[in-house]
Amino acid sequence: MFRTAAILVFAACLLSAAACQRADPNAAGGVMTVAGSTSIQPFAEMLAEEFMAGHPEFNINIQGGGSSAGIRAAQNGAAQIGMSSRNLKEKEKGLHETAIASDGIAVIVHRDNPLRGLSRAEVAGIFAGDYKSWKEIGGEGGTIHFVAREEGSGTRGAFEEMVMGDREISLRALVQASNGAVREIIARDPASIGYISLGLVDDRVRALAVDGAEATRRQIMDGQYKLSRPFLFLSREEPTGTAKAFIDFIMGPRGQELLSSEGLIPGGQ
Amino acid sequence: MIRLDPALSQKLVRWVLVSLTALTVSILVFIITYVLLKGLPVLGWEFLSTGAVDAGRGGGIFPFIVSTVFITVVALAIATPLGVGTAIYLTEYTRETAATRVVRFAAECLAGIPSIILGLFGFITFVLFLKLGWSILSGGLTLAIMVLPTIIRTSEEAIIAVPQNRRDVSTSLGGTRWQTVTRVVLPGALPGIVTGIMLSVGRCIGETAAVIFTAGSALGTPTSIFASGRTLAVHFYILATETDAFGMAYGTAAALIIAILTINTLAYWMMHRIMRKYS
Amino acid sequence: MEKLIEKGLLVIAYSSIAILFIITFFIFKEGLPFIFREGLGTILGGVEWRPTKGEFGILPMVVGSLLVTGGALVIGVPLGLSCAVFLVEFSKPKVRRILKPAIELLAGIPSVVYGFLGVILLVPLIRVHLGGPGLSLLAGSIILGIMILPTIISISIDVLEAVPQSYREGSIALGATTTQTVSMVVLKAARSGIVTAVILGMGRAIGETMAVIMVTGNAVAFPGSILDSIRTLTSNIGIELAYASGDHQEALFATGVVLFVMIMVLNLVASMTRKKRIR
Repeated sequence: MFRTAAILVFAACLLSAAACQRADPNAAGGVMTVAGSTSIQPFAEMLAEEFMAGHPEFNINIQGGGSSAGIRAAQNGAAQIGMSSRNLKEKEKGLHETAIASDGIAVIVHRDNPLRGLSRAEVAGIFAGDYKSWKEIGGEGGTIHFVAREEGSGTRGAFEEMVMGDREISLRALVQASNGAVREIIARDPASIGYISLGLVDDRVRALAVDGAEATRRQIMDGQYKLSRPFLFLSREEPTGTAKAFIDFIMGPRGQELLSSEGLIPGGQ
Repeated sequence: MIRLDPALSQKLVRWVLVSLTALTVSILVFIITYVLLKGLPVLGWEFLSTGAVDAGRGGGIFPFIVSTVFITVVALAIATPLGVGTAIYLTEYTRETAATRVVRFAAECLAGIPSIILGLFGFITFVLFLKLGWSILSGGLTLAIMVLPTIIRTSEEAIIAVPQNRRDVSTSLGGTRWQTVTRVVLPGALPGIVTGIMLSVGRCIGETAAVIFTAGSALGTPTSIFASGRTLAVHFYILATETDAFGMAYGTAAALIIAILTINTLAYWMMHRIMRKYS
Repeated sequence: MEKLIEKGLLVIAYSSIAILFIITFFIFKEGLPFIFREGLGTILGGVEWRPTKGEFGILPMVVGSLLVTGGALVIGVPLGLSCAVFLVEFSKPKVRRILKPAIELLAGIPSVVYGFLGVILLVPLIRVHLGGPGLSLLAGSIILGIMILPTIISISIDVLEAVPQSYREGSIALGATTTQTVSMVVLKAARSGIVTAVILGMGRAIGETMAVIMVTGNAVAFPGSILDSIRTLTSNIGIELAYASGDHQEALFATGVVLFVMIMVLNLVASMTRKKRIR
């Protein structure tokens, strides 16, 4: 009897605790949430890991959710820092923005694909579904399997803006829900092509030159390779407490060095 | 139509059935052995006791074990009293009426709702509407809904299986209905109820769609029920789709499968014992 | 005290209906206004899904869900049913006693594990030997077909065992072979129960999310062949929920409403066939 009662009481406590306010994120020992773009997420996780190793008193919690969710989370305070991997739209302005880095978008193919480069129009044509076979664009092999990100993703948004222009990505495109997932598909299928964050390109896939410019940091910084976008940290107000300490760490030499070593272009430039 | 000799068709059918059964069983056996063979070498103490390094490409799965346990405990702490209470009411306190049929039908429907719908519900209700955020609590509440029908059904069966004469004895000795329930019915039905709870634990551990949108995917060890946590299944999903860290993925899968199979085997073993006791 | 407890239990028992209503309410509250605004016809009949540009057609996904579920049944039902018939009618009871629980245990393997093996083993096989990207309707059907095997086998075994032994004896006494007995007597008697098994398998297939996301490629177009990619209603929610906002998010809830209605219809049918069986 008492045991049943105890269980009921415990359940009631859980539910009432649920109704209470969550812990204050800025207080010492509080958890700070950073949420948004899944393109930034792996880098943010790495930065948080490094930051907390040096400052065990802080507790940072990194969440995905996508750029739009990150912007909303920053606006309504659901997260202390929102992450966006695209520029804010006019109606989203008004947040405090810190560009922690910028990132190239690489058009990638399988390592064994002999193709080295394409023009932006050709890339757009592939994703619009104009070309059926690799031969039609001077490559080798059969049918092109093109992999896009899902609707709402920041990477897709940036790709549409910079490559597709007013054309639409074909509905026949294979769709994956993260940059990592796109890369894994490309790494396994020799006939596939996709686009991901330049920082996530590894040696199993090849980043194509676009409009004659190699997808490298140097070319992005020189303004030759045009497919790049900012990584933004957003907050409702001027960051304070844990948020400020974390952003200061990222913008400091150690943070920027880490981002740079991961293939991103440091935010100061 | 060709008429086959009955003896020949008997042989033929038998042969077809044997080979299809063999195929089915070997597919299922293959899945388990394959994952265990690939995963067991990774599955050491180091792997189980350390956190993830480099977003899961290295290190271990300790934080995810903690999250999984937390979420499962929260889910069952909520679902068990609700489920067992419902079962007690349906069996001991009321006759079969239109109202009880509605309750049963509702529980049946609840059992049929796909976990992604529960995830959608948990996301909009717990994460956004109640402002619990991505947290162990949101995930636990969502899973509680998922396993509630299982607990109701198994508890009901267990309670019904308690022999009527035991209740009669308790009542004739002057016991009230509640005393009969707590002192006679529940102790008798306990193994069956525990079986239901264990099967639910197995489902909580293996679930992905309902948790990924409610508990989130934070890499750290959760420090409270308001913190986000990545369960083993979610971690495995992320490793499997977003990385080429197959070793880590197989290790995590092996840990998942071993945990679930052990729990389910224990549950079946208990169920078997109960069935023998009453039949 | 007794009265209080009874009231308390009553409240608990009705909580499961309440939960079902709350889930229905929240999903519909988010999804229905959108459906009314855009028009059910444009959503259900539309073939363009570009939610960030105001196109919300989900017909390709409804078709995708139905095709992959159909494919899963084509693979899972013959295999599962043969396995059940063999174990009940043709094998020694000892074999059944070992294999049945073993197969039921497999129902506990997390769907993400099935999905992962699909990506690692099945998808490359299809890509290299049959063509296409490998991520396809075929891969989805095979993986789901295997996933519903435990459900179909376990329920079919129960149903076949419930057919009175006297039916079989009568048929054998008339000189029929085991095969004839099974096909003419046992399967007929067990028909509605087997339909229930198939419907429950169907429910599991149509509601599965993670494994399907992993192996079907998720293109929002009608497949030209079984080697083409498809997207299901569940995957649509699973892939896009994390990023969606505004109209897009509401459109995903509308997808949820459509899925919810499909599942509820299935539940009703299953519940009806089950009642018929009891009668």
